[in-house]
Amino acid sequence: MPMSTIELRLNGERRTIDVDPARPLLGVLRDVLGLTGTKYGCGEAQCGACTVLVDGTPMRSCVLPASAVAGKTVKTIEGIAEKDRLHPLQEAFLACDAMQCGYCTSGMIVSGVALLERTPNPTPDAIVRFMDGNVCRCGTYPRIVAAIQQAALAMRGGAK
Amino acid sequence: MSARDDALTRAEIEPERYELFAGPSYRFEIPRRDFLKTVGAGLVVVLLLRDDEALALQESGRRGGGRGGSLPPDVAAWLHVGADGTITVHTGKAEVGQDIRTSLSQAVADEIRAPIESIRMVMGDTALVPYDMGTFGSRTTPSMSSYLRSVAAAAREAMIDLAAARLEADRAGLVAENGRVADAKTNRSLGYGEITRGEKIVKTIEDAPDATAPENWTIAGKPARKVNGRAIVTGAEPFVADVKRDGLLVGKILRPPVAGAALVSADTSGVAAMPGVTVVRDGDFVGVAAPDEPLAEKAILTIRAEWKTESGADSRGLFEWLKKNADDSRGRGGFGGSSRREEGSVEKGLAEADLRFENAYTVATIAHVPLEPRAAVAEWEGEKLTVWTGTQRPFGVRSELSSAFSIPDESVRVILPATGSGYGGKHTGEAAIEAARLARAAKKPVRVAWTRAEEFAFAYFRPAALIEVKCGVKKDGTITAWEYVNWNSGSSAIETPYDVANASVRFQPTKNPVRQGSYRALAATANHFARETQMNEMARAIGADPYDFRMKNTRDARLTGVLAAAAERFGWTSRKDGDGRGSGLACGFDKGGYVATCAEVEVDKSSGRLRVVRAVTAFECGAIVNPAHLESQVEGGVIMGLGGALFEAVEFESGRILNASLSGYRVPRFSDVPRLETVLVERKDIPSAGAGETPIVAIAPAIGDAVFAAAGVRLRSMPLAPRGVEIPKAEKPGEGG
Repeated sequence: MPMSTIELRLNGERRTIDVDPARPLLGVLRDVLGLTGTKYGCGEAQCGACTVLVDGTPMRSCVLPASAVAGKTVKTIEGIAEKDRLHPLQEAFLACDAMQCGYCTSGMIVSGVALLERTPNPTPDAIVRFMDGNVCRCGTYPRIVAAIQQAALAMRGGAK
Repeated sequence: MSARDDALTRAEIEPERYELFAGPSYRFEIPRRDFLKTVGAGLVVVLLLRDDEALALQESGRRGGGRGGSLPPDVAAWLHVGADGTITVHTGKAEVGQDIRTSLSQAVADEIRAPIESIRMVMGDTALVPYDMGTFGSRTTPSMSSYLRSVAAAAREAMIDLAAARLEADRAGLVAENGRVADAKTNRSLGYGEITRGEKIVKTIEDAPDATAPENWTIAGKPARKVNGRAIVTGAEPFVADVKRDGLLVGKILRPPVAGAALVSADTSGVAAMPGVTVVRDGDFVGVAAPDEPLAEKAILTIRAEWKTESGADSRGLFEWLKKNADDSRGRGGFGGSSRREEGSVEKGLAEADLRFENAYTVATIAHVPLEPRAAVAEWEGEKLTVWTGTQRPFGVRSELSSAFSIPDESVRVILPATGSGYGGKHTGEAAIEAARLARAAKKPVRVAWTRAEEFAFAYFRPAALIEVKCGVKKDGTITAWEYVNWNSGSSAIETPYDVANASVRFQPTKNPVRQGSYRALAATANHFARETQMNEMARAIGADPYDFRMKNTRDARLTGVLAAAAERFGWTSRKDGDGRGSGLACGFDKGGYVATCAEVEVDKSSGRLRVVRAVTAFECGAIVNPAHLESQVEGGVIMGLGGALFEAVEFESGRILNASLSGYRVPRFSDVPRLETVLVERKDIPSAGAGETPIVAIAPAIGDAVFAAAGVRLRSMPLAPRGVEIPKAEKPGEGG
């Protein structure tokens, strides 16, 4: 298989990897780079479990070839907290019990972080529209919406 | 009847868990003293099954999939209090997202009088936990919770005994609290870890002290955060495919066009030229193991194979097919066999009726679609096999593995990492067997993680249902006759809770059109859909309010309790039907849980587009252990129920799955969720039942009746309106005729 050397900035660190450039980023993250927080759910960008931020934009890593992140900044669920300090959205997921089995949670949080960066004060409708590509089969949707609203409030300096 | 007796009598596998008809297995006993040698210093409390319980488990094990293994067979549950005060609890139940890791921790913390943070649950590791048939049937809360409370209460009493000796104090003056035993008189206290002083103290109990009554719970009964939540929100919680082993290979399986096809020939010569790739052909199994995923995928694509398939059923015309394919051969001691109840004379009842009805209801085949498809990592060490996999039946999967490889149960250890849920869909060990077969050939650990397409096409489905109802009602609301036949889907909640003097209720098994198995609430969803829809139709036909009609026809206070609670929160009496808006309700019970749902819908009369605006669900399952997680389970059940109610359906042709992808099979998303309200009705006087299943059953018939109220169309098939409601032409505005 043809291999390429790809440089990227991953969760704040410069990384150089030799991979098949056509290989989906998801497998590269999980099997080459050992970051297993990003999950496989459908392989066709329909469920959002594999969401990562590429230069701040949420992308489905299961259909994104590794070559697409050359020279880019990639952030995965492992890079959302700052060391031991959880992101306000992670805190809100805990406070709102916004998870059941937890398999969709990484993708939900990464998508939610992207939303909050764009829209610091999203309405419930805006949350539903932005998050509609992320599936939670356990049906925790109302709590996830509540968690995003709570995080938005906390990030604007409101009461937690 | 005590909770333990209840657990015993209901330890039977329900009749429609088709996937559980595993062959007989073996039973190997490990003496209790050998098992205790493996446990470190501290206090060990072992709760033994009573002889009758052990016998019942053994018998069900013989039918349902075997037992025996690393632990003595007569252990119900056990815990260990270590020198650092950590309380480690061992249970065979599996956490698959229903939050029992948290609720069982709460029960133990409550009973042993220690902070929840000091509790560590060891779950679903067949080498470390007592045998358990599986986590299904909403049995964890009523049975395991009471076992663990017993063990924890005994441990607490033992701690007080030991502390009295250590402190040379009067036992009566000692109080256990917050992980310590304190003497109020002298103000001295000892932590649980200190009390054992590095000795190993073993207590075996058979009859435990009385568990704390729900009104005196201090930790249980209140919301508690998910105990492993932090690991989940940081991506650190390992799920199956995240398990790391040295030299781990990636496995791929050659799939036939249709599940169950026979392999005629396979040319694997292309793989031979690929270095580092192992290929296995064994019967109908063909698979490869390679150092990485791209290579494994490439290798599997080089294999040329010919399959022999039998002609199978189609989803189009399925219900006629079911009627032509009645099959009573599944009997086997009553499991999966037909059932029938007759009372009075339906013929006479129909003759007495003012209005008679004869209808057929259908429910499509649907898929579980757990977001984590099946996966397993397998590793051999000589003849010993360790498998990490996500399943609701770790001991069942162990039996599948031991019988697939003709090795004893004790040679197999099944470990459950976090599981990306199951909903009844992960009772079996397909990926475990595949990974183990490849690992044995490759002599290295192998991971097999199914794709979404594989999960759709090679797992099992919730059975489709055809339900035929004949009934009659008098104008005063008396139901005079009820004839009910369920074809194929099963007998869960098949009985009507309403008064009727003349009834005939029957479950008729058929040949399986596709591979069928358990699903959240099993056939209770189909049976509630048909029964509650028919109730609503009868009520409206005699001009009665569907609410009043039910209240007249049942005396079950728990049922009327949830119905009244849902109707009150919803504002049933002030609802406004008509002009494209309508409200409906339905209720029922199963597995110790009572549910009622009121739904409001909007139907666009020109396009037929159906939108569920609002749903209120009242649920009661006895004493509440964790209100936050209970509400989450109810809400999740209702949302999952929305999928089956509105649009989910597996399409197949001659057994081949046509929509085996998330783009082809629609599941509920954020935008499908209506305004949801949950009313938790608590009955502290009733032992807690499970809540993972029953909340799903009432949403479909409630929506169906709301559509009738809104548009005058009676829907009798699930999904109700995948392409919108078909409005009769004459009713379309501007097309009057």
